[in-house]
Amino acid sequence: MTDFKFSYDYQATMIRQCFIIFGCLAVGEVIVWLTGITIPSSIIGMLLLTALLQAKAVKLEWVKGMSDFLIANMGFFFVPPGVALMLYLDLIKAELLPIIVATVVSTVLVLVVTGWIHQMRMKKKTLPPAPPLQGGE
Amino acid sequence: MEILQNNLVLLALTFGIYYGARQFQKWSGWIVLNPILVTIAVLIVLLQLTGIRYETYAQAGSYIEFWLKPAIVALAVPLYQHLGQIRRQFLPIFLSQFAGCIVGVVSVVAIAQMMGASRETIISLAPKSVTTPIAMEVCQAMGGIPSLTAAIVVSVGLFGAVLGFKVLEVWHIKNPYSQGLSIGTASHAVGTSRAMEKGATYGAYASLGLILNGVLTALLAPFILKIMGV
Repeated sequence: MTDFKFSYDYQATMIRQCFIIFGCLAVGEVIVWLTGITIPSSIIGMLLLTALLQAKAVKLEWVKGMSDFLIANMGFFFVPPGVALMLYLDLIKAELLPIIVATVVSTVLVLVVTGWIHQMRMKKKTLPPAPPLQGGE
Repeated sequence: MEILQNNLVLLALTFGIYYGARQFQKWSGWIVLNPILVTIAVLIVLLQLTGIRYETYAQAGSYIEFWLKPAIVALAVPLYQHLGQIRRQFLPIFLSQFAGCIVGVVSVVAIAQMMGASRETIISLAPKSVTTPIAMEVCQAMGGIPSLTAAIVVSVGLFGAVLGFKVLEVWHIKNPYSQGLSIGTASHAVGTSRAMEKGATYGAYASLGLILNGVLTALLAPFILKIMGV
């Protein structure tokens, strides 16, 4: 009986997690459909879920498991749109230099300008302790 | 080779190659061998060798790509956990985001224009720093090629994920909050997933950069393109 109860609770938790995340996404879709706004439904859904968590209408542990899973694997979800590169190999080959130079230079500029302004403005405030480095390099 | 066109076979291949690429990166210790990048490259070579059309793969791939939208909603969790801290830094964050967004769109368009890229390419490049759904939306609205944008967006993300932290260190941007924010601003969700690996705080600030630059670009890019005469 305890086993049954455990799996029942586990299933209910999973379904609730899916309901909350897909519910926020669905509300985002409805808002886009109603207003014709050009912000994607996923961004609206994220802002909505943040607001629900902040308002304590949704408890953190109601979405934590599912969101940890999704965030941990987010990079993998980009594989199929990345494979679409093969459709544009000719176009990319024809304009290879402008595409590469423009994206690389611009990406470096965004990194440096954003980081530099943020760091400069932060120096004027007392910094909270730096977080410990985990994993990676 | 008919069986290779089966959705489930293609899905299993994608999972398998990604897992293999991950293990290989761990084993070799080469950060440059980003598993996303390796998987995309291996799949493209494989599809071309077997003559499988992209459309066939895309059908299987749509089951994976589908999870991108719920994953972006899930970023609400790290964002919520850091909300208090973020609120205290409202001005630095807002100023750096605003500058990052404008620099990102203006520089990529100006360089592409100077180097003689076609109009479609320029428009497809403009939203390169922001997450795929937003970038494709902006591109479509302006008359670019949305799937070219998707491919460029993923490439930019990979560039930021693989070399972003190196670039920041070279330029003496050492503050972890600034690093996370810049990675998310410049290289959206792919960069954010890399920042998450470095630590939850990096990840939360990267998600913030991803969100704010996404919203700002959706709002400002059409005007910037118009002003620049695209």
